[in-house]
Amino acid sequence: MYDVAIIGGGVTGSAIARELSKYQVNAVVIERDQDLCCGTTKANSAIIHGGYDAKPGSLKAKLNVEGNKMFDELSKDLDFPFKRNGSLVVRTKDQDRDVLKKLYEQGVENGVEGLKIIEGDELKKMEPNLADDVVDALYVPTGGIVCPFHLNYALAENAADNGVEFKLSTEVKNVKKSGDSYVIETTGGDIETKVVVNAAGVYADEINNMVSAKKLHITARRGQYCLLDKDAGNHVSHTIFQLPSAMGKGVLVTPTVHGNLLVGPTAEDVDNKEGVNTTGDGLGGLGATAARSVKNVPMRSVITSFAGLRAHEDGGDFVIGEVEDASGFFNAAGIESPGLSSAPAIGVMVAKMVAEKLSLSEDPSFNGKRKGILNPANLSMEERNELIKKNPAYGQIICRCESISEGEILDAIHRTLGARDLDGVKRRTRAGMGRCQAGFCSPRVMEILEREVPMSAFDVTKNGPDAKIVFGYNKQI
Amino acid sequence: METRNLTCIGCPMGCQITVTLENGEVKDVTGNTCKRGDDYARKEVTNPTRIVTSIVRVKGGHLNMVSCKTKSDIPKGKIFDIVKELESVEVNAPVHIGDVVKANVCGTGVDVVATKEIRAVS
Amino acid sequence: MKNYDLVIVGGGPAGLAAAVAARDNGIQDILIIERDHELGGILNQCIHNGFGLHTFKEELTGPEYASRFIDQVKERNIDYKLNTMVMDIAPDKTITAMNSTDGMFTIPAKAVVLAMGCRERSRGALNIPGYRPAGIFSAGTAQRLVNMEGYMPGRKVVILGSGDIGLIMARRMTLEGAEVQVVAELMPYSGGLKRNIVQCLDDFGIPLKLSHTVVDIEGKERVEGITIAEVGPDRKPIPGTEIHYECDTLLLSCGLIPENELSKNSGVELSPITSGPIVNDSLETSIDGVFACGNVLHVHDLVDFVSQEATNAGKNAAKYILEGKKESSRQLEILPVDGVRYTVPKYIRPDDMDETVTVRFRVGDVYKNKAIATYFGDTQISKRKKQVMAPGEMEQVVITKKQLAEYPDIANITIKIEEA
Repeated sequence: MYDVAIIGGGVTGSAIARELSKYQVNAVVIERDQDLCCGTTKANSAIIHGGYDAKPGSLKAKLNVEGNKMFDELSKDLDFPFKRNGSLVVRTKDQDRDVLKKLYEQGVENGVEGLKIIEGDELKKMEPNLADDVVDALYVPTGGIVCPFHLNYALAENAADNGVEFKLSTEVKNVKKSGDSYVIETTGGDIETKVVVNAAGVYADEINNMVSAKKLHITARRGQYCLLDKDAGNHVSHTIFQLPSAMGKGVLVTPTVHGNLLVGPTAEDVDNKEGVNTTGDGLGGLGATAARSVKNVPMRSVITSFAGLRAHEDGGDFVIGEVEDASGFFNAAGIESPGLSSAPAIGVMVAKMVAEKLSLSEDPSFNGKRKGILNPANLSMEERNELIKKNPAYGQIICRCESISEGEILDAIHRTLGARDLDGVKRRTRAGMGRCQAGFCSPRVMEILEREVPMSAFDVTKNGPDAKIVFGYNKQI
Repeated sequence: METRNLTCIGCPMGCQITVTLENGEVKDVTGNTCKRGDDYARKEVTNPTRIVTSIVRVKGGHLNMVSCKTKSDIPKGKIFDIVKELESVEVNAPVHIGDVVKANVCGTGVDVVATKEIRAVS
Repeated sequence: MKNYDLVIVGGGPAGLAAAVAARDNGIQDILIIERDHELGGILNQCIHNGFGLHTFKEELTGPEYASRFIDQVKERNIDYKLNTMVMDIAPDKTITAMNSTDGMFTIPAKAVVLAMGCRERSRGALNIPGYRPAGIFSAGTAQRLVNMEGYMPGRKVVILGSGDIGLIMARRMTLEGAEVQVVAELMPYSGGLKRNIVQCLDDFGIPLKLSHTVVDIEGKERVEGITIAEVGPDRKPIPGTEIHYECDTLLLSCGLIPENELSKNSGVELSPITSGPIVNDSLETSIDGVFACGNVLHVHDLVDFVSQEATNAGKNAAKYILEGKKESSRQLEILPVDGVRYTVPKYIRPDDMDETVTVRFRVGDVYKNKAIATYFGDTQISKRKKQVMAPGEMEQVVITKKQLAEYPDIANITIKIEEA
């Protein structure tokens, strides 16, 4: 019997797991996919929002502002890339200045620090590539950019290192109340637990509805993005938002923490909770929409496009807390934007609730530090040579576009909750994420997985068990 | 009289060749810019042939596979049979360019030879 | 680390030929840096025949062609480092490279030959909508899997793009047991050589659908289906023309891009048309002593021409090292107009050029029964009729020093397509 079972190994579930691991607790994270970070966390804007955008008094507003403040320390403790590049919400001359002013006031009310409305030359100086029609902007100095993959893995690895168990490739089929506890029926057998935490992303409504009469309803809201080559990465230095519209935050143009440029998202409600496909219309429109705030975005430098699903609950706010009619069942549902920004704060909030419920005591052996995969590019030549001498794999470049060495890939495979497929290696190391999009390195990463896991070449997949890369030997398929 | 239009595959120029036939016999070849084109055209309308390239397994080499080709062209109709016959072929390293990996493949009288050097590794 | 006069970045056909030529022109200390585990570059996976007719007067496979040059490099005892990545080329020609035995090291070279080759345009760069499952490969990646590892990346295949690698892979996949259902090509003409359409598609009854593109990819984990549609003159899909194929694989052969990230960082000026360095008749880039050849300069159809070009680059790099930079008094620009997209080289130095310079270029459209005309200033110098010209096939004009000497006052040279 577990004390706590968390359903979902995305950033929300992993943040909760890590916070819970500060207590003496027998906890498990149940993840449907072969790897963590396979749902909403893997495909979003990778932005740490300031917190001006959500309605004052909402959970979104509170947790965004709290979460945002946690990132400096968290990124140091857990060694993941994070940068406060600041955001600008820009207004064009045809838009109402009052809307921008209201946003400013809302931000102040939410407790966002350092907000300022900037215009004219000062604005152009900050961001020379803003569209000519842009007249002023709300400057949010606390806005930041993060690697969502690394954030997710950092939280999960640290939780696992502090004793939380992770069951991957385990899909929840049903959750049943059984006396004072719960039985979670999964594809890997039944799991008994005192407390359930529902962090199931777009499926959180279905999980909630298994145990509660207070039904939730989550709509998958698709966002499509284009990622541009690093040679476009300096086109803007801040995250450029457009004044929000009824369907979301509009299209943003932002550098990523790794130096690319990201343009998106669209916002479309879709029926299919697996509907992460891009569409011709969706991608086709991004350039024109982006041009409203930023000029000359070099859309010819696109290296990939993708779509993610945001879990939009009908109530419009995060749904967090113990369910009234299901004692010991806690929701962390409806976690759409600003979910990534709020994740650390959601973790603290839910863990506190669970700890109270179970009267957990703190674990004095908790170690909140985690070392990420080494980035040799940050080393001096002497340090790098020292490293290669100790471990020659760091001298062998596998991914030429991103300059990722075999050493980094080996680390990604062998570390806590290590990578088991090509996308797992890619999210952890960036091998295959560059301009050739894995054309050159995928056969080599396959070879490394085959040797190191170890596994048959025919079982190496892109992501998950059915995403096979090769079917058999020549002449034998 | 019958005419057939061909694209020469003798070299990357891809000349457009017209062959005139009478009772199955080649009467005229035009459009080619070299002797190879003439040869190709005559053969293509009577007994088309191709070079086949593939790979076969290697034991004890620095690579697991070695590329190979038919040493000369073989009847076009035999292409698939030849590839099939190579399925079971395995050679031992070292392999040198020109080494026969399969003699008289499919009874064509043509050998399949290696096209790459494979070093032996212990 | 030993000092080298000449560092050649890339050990494929271009790098090998450049090294041989540099040695034969008097340079002793030459280093070839190759990122892969063997010399030969992409030729190692091009196991089909058809290489070398110009160079060796016989038809070789890719590995055989490579081995001829590898042998020449070895006979000359030219140094090379495998599994070694060049991380940086400084404007002063200091090379920073890395491998697992030497670690990271620098070499201050007197001259550099860029021979890094090219990469394939990816699905992402093509912005093809749909899911992102396994089973979408660039044709070259599939070629490596099939020809080097012996693995089959698909059973039922759709190919987008009729570039030569796509055509070659249609045949390879078919021979090795897959079913290639269709090759779709966005343009109204094929991007590959005519003979490859005959021997790779026609021989096997694989249809080529011109003016078609992929509009949807289905399958969450592995490709399950591909939808193609006809495109109009604006190259946008025409609604209602969709054709669906059940398949597990999509191969992409939609163009090659010279890999010039190193060149760019070093400050070499690039052409927006070719994505390769801008060079003069000695194949020297905008940085003195940095030369370029092969697919990093502009994408070739024939390796024979790569070897010729690289031989030139190697020879000129040797000359640069031995004689130093010659400040040319005159440099003429070659203007590509009326259907000529670009020329390599872009500049000719009439006083310092070789006796002949081969100017290579591509046309922007399919032309039937037109002529390639060359003008020195306003004077037409040559006009050559061509039955067919297509963007998929490189064209050339040879300019002689002697001819050019007769026109000492011209401002530029023009190459264009005109009525025959």
